[in-house]
Amino acid sequence: MIELEGLTKRYGEKVAVDGLTFTVRPGIVTGFLGPNGAGKSTTMRMILGLDHPTAGDVRIDGTHYDRLEDPLTCIGALLEAKGVHPGRSAYHHLLCLAQSNGLPRQRVHEVLDTVGLTAVARKKAKGFSLGMGQRLGIAAALLGDPRILMFDEPVNGLDPEGIHWIRTLMKSLAAQGRTVFVSSHLMSEMALTADHLVVIGQGRLLADTSMAEFIERNSRSYVRIRGPQRERLLDVLHQAGITAVESGDGSLEVDGSKAEYIGELAARHRLVLHELSPRQASLEEAFMRLTAQSVEYHAHTGVSAPPQRWGDDWKRG
Amino acid sequence: MSTPPPPMPQTAAPDWQAAPGSPYPTYTSPIPVVRTHLGHALASEWTKIRSVRSTMWTLGVFVLLVVGVGLLTGLVVSSADPDMSGESPLALGFFGLLLGGMCIITLGVLTTASEYGTGMIRTTMVACPSRGRVLLAKALVFFLIAFVVTLVCTTLVGFLHVALLEGHNAKEPTGEEWLKGTLGVSLYVALLGTLSLAIGSIIRHSAGAITIMIGAVLAPLVIALFMFSSSLADVQQALFEYSIPNQMSIFYANSLSESGPSGWDPLWIMLVVTAAALGGAFALLQKRDV
Ligand SMILES: Nc1ncnc2c1ncn2[C@@H]1O[C@H](COP(=O)(O)OP(=O)(O)OP(=O)(O)O)[C@@H](O)[C@H]1O
Ligand SMILES: [Mg+2]
Repeated sequence: MIELEGLTKRYGEKVAVDGLTFTVRPGIVTGFLGPNGAGKSTTMRMILGLDHPTAGDVRIDGTHYDRLEDPLTCIGALLEAKGVHPGRSAYHHLLCLAQSNGLPRQRVHEVLDTVGLTAVARKKAKGFSLGMGQRLGIAAALLGDPRILMFDEPVNGLDPEGIHWIRTLMKSLAAQGRTVFVSSHLMSEMALTADHLVVIGQGRLLADTSMAEFIERNSRSYVRIRGPQRERLLDVLHQAGITAVESGDGSLEVDGSKAEYIGELAARHRLVLHELSPRQASLEEAFMRLTAQSVEYHAHTGVSAPPQRWGDDWKRG
Repeated sequence: MSTPPPPMPQTAAPDWQAAPGSPYPTYTSPIPVVRTHLGHALASEWTKIRSVRSTMWTLGVFVLLVVGVGLLTGLVVSSADPDMSGESPLALGFFGLLLGGMCIITLGVLTTASEYGTGMIRTTMVACPSRGRVLLAKALVFFLIAFVVTLVCTTLVGFLHVALLEGHNAKEPTGEEWLKGTLGVSLYVALLGTLSLAIGSIIRHSAGAITIMIGAVLAPLVIALFMFSSSLADVQQALFEYSIPNQMSIFYANSLSESGPSGWDPLWIMLVVTAAALGGAFALLQKRDV
């Protein structure tokens, strides 16, 4: 279990993490979401005692990180920056970590096997691809068979098969009763892995909720309708007690109703339809709306500005 | 990567237990929990230092310089058929060791600073959150390696010189001279390397720290050479006497000057300076973010 209490980090004027208070529970995967520069990596570094908090406190199973007698069997971490000497082989990298915690040498072989690097164990880390480097980092995290695991953007640089592997790995680790804390920018990725969600933006806590609740609150299914007789269509829908909202491009959107029902209704009134499509607002959109105010580094493409208000972009198909 | 999907971790069946002080059940590993201590950190640092090429390179060049230059000096001097007029032949080892010292400085700096350059330091500190223990382990392992290698080289070169200059009216080195020319100067060079290790930890940048250390070795002599003004004579004298090359030469009893440090003084001076630098490195390590 990881407990944060008013955790704050300031770099000069810049507040990277601003009074974060939340708990990461064992037995589930907790997703840690936020746009670039939100403070995810900084928070994780503070959990590991690498950065000193400006204010607040963070405890691992009730203890400060630097008080842990057996750090690697307590918590394993994959950090964002590759923490590997490029001139050292994967085997020796893991061996020196194992020795520093008095772990049996056998564990090195086991984790190399787990991440599928046994064949290149004696190769220098500088020859590793992005994905292999990431696997080596994961091997280091698993080395002590820890009860808490923390991954900073673990899917970075992995191919689809690797992404699938890590997803399954995280779930199985949580299923064994471990605490799994994983950061990402991708809501869609988290929706597939995480049971609980912590969202931050500009260092502040924006949401701390179960995944199911977040989906329920934020996934909106609707039907999009387009046809030449728009006014009649609106009348018919109105008479049937259905509220339709006009969206920007002349189509209509109906919340909650079944496409079949609307299609039959239109047929009964001999209305021509050009489009009748069930739609689902993506969780990604919900995440972007949640963090819109706090996105630090906007891309100014001039094509589509990021949504500014809640619900502003519902109407955009 | 196109490796086949690796298996999931083969750990023990879920063992759900409430951790002390936690309201939730949690995983308990079958791996026995070990309370870590300095011995673990030493083993780890030993693996680290022997598993990178830069160690082999710097120590290899060191041996080459000390033994190679030593042998060359010995051969040149003995072939010139000199009259050593009662000088100790051990003194011939000085030049090679001074050059070799640069390798020890480089290795010392790399032991700490390279971890910052590569990001390895974070992995290290996560595995061992006691920062003082990490620094101490690094310093001990490095010191021991540097000391042993230097001792072997200087002893070898010493015997070489004594053998080469036999019959050239060279003085038979006394026990004290042997001790200073091998053990003493090896301790000094190993301490110089440990000082570099501390500077590497403070500067956290390999090239920067190496430049500073080489500057510290050479600058006082060079500056002193250009102090022509007589009002600066005292400063010039002190720079000469306390420069690292001169302190090193004291172990061979051929100091560039008559006053200033003598006997075993250089060793004590270097010990104090190194301890102070390590103290500073420790204080900064505790204070700074990794
Ligand atoms: N050592 C540092 N010195 C100064 N500023 C820093 C430092 N580390 C982080 N920051 C700043 O703190 C903020 C949070 O950074 P952090 O890396 O924690 O964000 P993040 O959520 O991990 O972002 P990303 O998704 O891009 O990885 C950023 O604005 C960053 O510029
Ligand atoms: Mg980050």
